Amino acid sequence: MAAFSYLPKHSGSGEREAPTQLEIKLRRKARINAALRYFLLAAVGLVMVYPLIWLIGASFKTNSEMFSSPGFWPKNPTIQGYIDGWQTSTPYTFGRFFLNSLWIIIPKTIGTAISCTLVAYGFARFEFPGKKILFASVIATLLLPNVVTRIPQYLLFRDLGWLNTFLPLWVPSALAGDAFFVFMVIQFLRAIPRDMEEAARVDGANTLQTLVFIVVPMLMPALISVCLFQFMWTMNDFLGPLIYLSSVDKYPVSLALKLSIDTTEAFAWNQILAMSVLALAPSLAVFFMAQKYFIEGISTGGVKG
Amino acid sequence: MGGDSKYVGLWYVAPYVIGLALFIAFPFVASFYLSFTDYDLLSKPEYVGLDNYKKLLTRDRTFDKSLKVTLIYVFTTVPLKLVFALFIAVVLNYRLKAINLFRTAYYVPSILGGSVAIAVLWRYIFADTGLVNMALTGIGMDPINWFGDPENALFTITLLRCWQFGSAMVIFLAALQSVDKSLYEAAAIDGAGPWQIFRSITLPLITPVIFFNLIMQTVQAFQEFNGPYIITQGGPLKSTYLLPLYIYDEAFKSFDMGYASAIAWVLFAIIMVLTLIAFWSSKKWVYYAGDKRS
Repeated sequence: MAAFSYLPKHSGSGEREAPTQLEIKLRRKARINAALRYFLLAAVGLVMVYPLIWLIGASFKTNSEMFSSPGFWPKNPTIQGYIDGWQTSTPYTFGRFFLNSLWIIIPKTIGTAISCTLVAYGFARFEFPGKKILFASVIATLLLPNVVTRIPQYLLFRDLGWLNTFLPLWVPSALAGDAFFVFMVIQFLRAIPRDMEEAARVDGANTLQTLVFIVVPMLMPALISVCLFQFMWTMNDFLGPLIYLSSVDKYPVSLALKLSIDTTEAFAWNQILAMSVLALAPSLAVFFMAQKYFIEGISTGGVKG
Repeated sequence: MGGDSKYVGLWYVAPYVIGLALFIAFPFVASFYLSFTDYDLLSKPEYVGLDNYKKLLTRDRTFDKSLKVTLIYVFTTVPLKLVFALFIAVVLNYRLKAINLFRTAYYVPSILGGSVAIAVLWRYIFADTGLVNMALTGIGMDPINWFGDPENALFTITLLRCWQFGSAMVIFLAALQSVDKSLYEAAAIDGAGPWQIFRSITLPLITPVIFFNLIMQTVQAFQEFNGPYIITQGGPLKSTYLLPLYIYDEAFKSFDMGYASAIAWVLFAIIMVLTLIAFWSSKKWVYYAGDKRS
């Protein structure tokens, strides 16, 4: 299919002459090809995005309208779902749950960025005993299903007295526990030439100064990707908080939403949908502000691997 | 770098080494040990030899059902998702003006990933009188009982994950864009048709990325938890009761840590064997060009 994109250009090299029958045929073929692609992509795009648009519209609908029409535009728009949903059936409002989410995300993200930088620098710029094995372990961890380590991790955190605190969610990430990010930053750093760092070393900077003043500024795009992904994944994380947090006052948004489903879904769909929209809003906002970093991040982690 | 002690690098990777030891290596070994014990959190783990595994493989009907459902889920979701992702990436890999717009639209569902809110959305659009059934009746088809019928429930989870084909597609697209264009031109001049070009040039050149996506998506699919937990709670009739749900229930509801560890190890063994088969077979079908960057 892709071949057609180069044919018209090729055959159209003699621009001044009148186009031959063949050229006209090829150009028309290319146009039809492009039109078909647009049509297909638009149709698929609509199916992809419509559920989200419907969700936003439905969150302003009344309970009775929810399941009566497939359109997304509410007949009698109301924000009652947001008002009631925000209150929840617990002593806390959703405001509390958003703060909890933030309080999980921020230390975790900072810890991830710092530890990944140090570790990636170590792997990408130094030789040391055991490096090969340790680097292989990064790849192995990348493929290791969490399901096999989860139970002893839980027991470990229980023995440390960390259950029902945010520590089990923070500490592993602060110790470069997310192999995907470590790997991504290593790959990025390997592609950066070392000239500047070597010049700094010649001028007498030690390795830490070189890291902070030379390497970190160059790593910024990768680190922003790491932070954005970590923000998103932590915001969406459900199983971690489900296992480690037991009191409602510590619940992040994901758990609180599951709780509202269990308590109010039988009669108040609009509240659930309204809170779902709010739960998705931070991730969507961050994505649209910085989508370039997501696309680049995932391509770095994937393709160069 | 010259002049540094050979241990400098080790200091930088120290956080990783500590984390690896505490949160990966130790739990990994401990979990293997626990799978041979009976441990209810109240008394000390009691060594029971192969009892857990014997029970799993011979007497546990729930495990049989759960394993079957998991395999069906993985072997439908992964191929469907990857084929669709590759197809869209190929369509998108063309001199289209709106390429970035489409790429963004397709990527958005992936960003929201396993979030509870998306699972909620899924419950609503596949409800009896939800969006999907309204659309079906609109075009004159019968509505489908998505979650009530054990035949369909698992497939709605598969559809949810296929809807999130965006991250696999972005990786495919990046690989397609890095294929040397002159190869296409040469083939077209030699009279190769589009399908022939795709099969004998494009496909071989992107096999490393197909391999990467295949492994990552498979490992991920075997660990699916949020979707079935929130949307169907494993039902109806355990038709969406994937192994991670069973492990969670055994460990954190029944507090049978030993038995849960044994199930986790069976799941791990299955993933390992499949991964090893993939790596071993990759020599035969994955093509690495000489100028690979890494």
